[in-house]
Amino acid sequence: MNILSAKNIVKKYATHTALDDVSLDIPAQSIFGLLGPNGAGKTSLIRIINQITGPDSGEIFFENEKLSAKHVEQIGYLPEERGLYKKMEVGEQALYLAQLKGMKKAEAKKKLKYWFEKFEIDAWWNKKVEELSKGMQQKVQFIVTVMHEPKLLILDEPFSGFDPINANLIKNEILNLKAQGSTILFSTHNMGSVEELCDYIALINRSKKIVDGSVKDIRKENKSNVIEIEFTGNMMGFTNSLWTYGKLGEHSVEGEICKAQIQLTPGSTSNQLLSSVLPAVEIHSFKELVPSMNDIFIKKVSEGNALGTQSNFTE
Amino acid sequence: MNKILLIIKREYLSRVKKKSFILMTILGPILMVGIMIVPIWLSTQKSEKQKIEVIDESFLFTGLIPEKDNVHFDYPPITKQQARDGFFATDYDAILWIPHNVLNGGQSGIELLFKKQLSNSTQQHIEYSLNKMLYEVMLAKNNVNVNFIKDAKEKSTIKMFTKQLDEVGNEKNTNTGLYMGIGLVAAIMIYFFIFMYGVQVMRGVMEEKTSRIVEVILSSVKPFQLMMGKIVGVALVGLTQFLLWVILSTTLYSFASATILKDIEMKQIQQKEEVITIGANLDWEKMGKNPEENEISKLLNDFKSVDMVSITLCFLFYFLAGYLMYSALFAAIGAAVDSEADTNQFMLPITIPLIFSFGIAQTVMQDPQGSLAVWFSMIPLTSPVVMMVRLPFGVPPWEVALSMAFLVLGFLFTTWLAARIYRTGILMYGKKVTWKELGKWLFYKG
Repeated sequence: MNILSAKNIVKKYATHTALDDVSLDIPAQSIFGLLGPNGAGKTSLIRIINQITGPDSGEIFFENEKLSAKHVEQIGYLPEERGLYKKMEVGEQALYLAQLKGMKKAEAKKKLKYWFEKFEIDAWWNKKVEELSKGMQQKVQFIVTVMHEPKLLILDEPFSGFDPINANLIKNEILNLKAQGSTILFSTHNMGSVEELCDYIALINRSKKIVDGSVKDIRKENKSNVIEIEFTGNMMGFTNSLWTYGKLGEHSVEGEICKAQIQLTPGSTSNQLLSSVLPAVEIHSFKELVPSMNDIFIKKVSEGNALGTQSNFTE
Repeated sequence: MNKILLIIKREYLSRVKKKSFILMTILGPILMVGIMIVPIWLSTQKSEKQKIEVIDESFLFTGLIPEKDNVHFDYPPITKQQARDGFFATDYDAILWIPHNVLNGGQSGIELLFKKQLSNSTQQHIEYSLNKMLYEVMLAKNNVNVNFIKDAKEKSTIKMFTKQLDEVGNEKNTNTGLYMGIGLVAAIMIYFFIFMYGVQVMRGVMEEKTSRIVEVILSSVKPFQLMMGKIVGVALVGLTQFLLWVILSTTLYSFASATILKDIEMKQIQQKEEVITIGANLDWEKMGKNPEENEISKLLNDFKSVDMVSITLCFLFYFLAGYLMYSALFAAIGAAVDSEADTNQFMLPITIPLIFSFGIAQTVMQDPQGSLAVWFSMIPLTSPVVMMVRLPFGVPPWEVALSMAFLVLGFLFTTWLAARIYRTGILMYGKKVTWKELGKWLFYKG
């Protein structure tokens, strides 16, 4: 089941189109990565899902219901640009934001105590936000995003501004929340975290969605069919043994060890290639070169930019 | 609706708890009462008795200059030079020298020599007394019967009662000075309230925008709720402050008048107040006739003639509605800009009508029913100030109702306008906003 479906979202500003017919399905209890270069329209889409702005056309469904004001209580949002009232005390502020999300005061207090203890910041309850370090503020901000146990958690660049230890803490919390049944939509440029965390992604470029699906499928679709083989033996004999299964690409010889990249010919399988080269040389390693999400991201975006005539708009 | 209450509560509490609010609330009344009480208190302080030695070479005034409670005259038989030489050995505060030829051109050569500046009232007393005496001497010298003159003067001093006559034939006393005073005070308060709290709304919006909390909040509430919550919250802060000021001032004033001013008769205070509010010059010509009782009872009667209840109600209405209308615009400015420095270009057009309405207050007072006054008490941007100036003079109820209706419409319009600018501007960063841009924002779809 999809927790959120966006159907044909269009959002135009005076001089440009921020989102052009974007459709998305976010499966429940998954981590969904929303990727795209700066100004692609990610923030516009996130704001529409948060009902901060409305689309010009298109519809959003939350658990198959049309998105409406009552759903804000089931969404938690951590914007990319973090902010809290600087002059307000941490606890008081967190309570206020919790109540705006529809929580009862007593309940919010209990929840907040739990989170504050978990993040070891309960001593800061009565401090003003401006007295906190940046990392502390980020923790507070994360807590106010998740305290009302939203079904959908929208995190815009959640790891920016955290040191590696805290980033790890947040990462584990995200996985925890997923295990407890939340769905996480996060927007990021950090491809490492995408590979590590995301089950699904959507790639937006120039206000259009260009790729979406499960990370596994996308990698499969984008696999290059290049096999890297390390072997000892005669390079000439090896090349001849490729037969029609593959073509020799980059190769190098370092002492006894030869390394070669073979592009499989369409229709051939890696097994056919392996059995063909087995008699000729001694194999040390045989692996398929899988493109990283980063490669896919760059490839897709530059393909899109080469095709597109629109100038890249930066918000 | 519940959420808007939460926002109002936060906006209210976070401001009321501020040190600056508490300080202002306490200092305001102290200042106000101070301004009222100190001059009265000072003026009634028996200043040290001033002793003046009169060297009267003409012998016309010797022993005749009237004493005042704090001015004493001595007429030692010495010359001017002797007096000067011995001046600092004596306890005299001043030497008054009258030349011998005072009746023949010497009247413009009278000298007053002093160690320290004499009070203004003492100087005036001397000048007035000499003037009057000399005048009478001159008349007598020319064989004019001084008593005729005195009698004529007394019988030709007129007093005019201004009364408004209504259709049923009832007379109503009017007192232009008093009306001016009431109208002006009300107008000043509205002017300052709108400015002070309008700017607070603007700052609050900017704070939310620059600290970026706004995006978090807008994921829970509608921009309009946030804007209105802030405007109403700040309005309540203003009302609280106003109320506290009234209560504290009254308490302080009655406390002060019970202690510091307890020697001073109430009459005197009222008379001084009259002088202060009306700003009328003391008429020295009339001083001798002891008009106090008449004046005070007249003033009290006049106060009764003003319908203070409806003026207070109207004041509260214009106070609030004017603020609401302007603060929506201030909120829009706060949302449109990134920093305080950028506010200026947008502030100006908003403050101009406010300052203008204050500027024409003088003219309105001169002619409260003139077309200028009527028109500008209808236009919503100027009506809060202008109508308050007009009200004490009596304004037909239908005019008040119409002006109020226009003001409510104005408020609805500016709020609608501001909400549209606000919801776009609040999420727009790093853009130098122009008027043209603002215009476009009005037509964006939510």
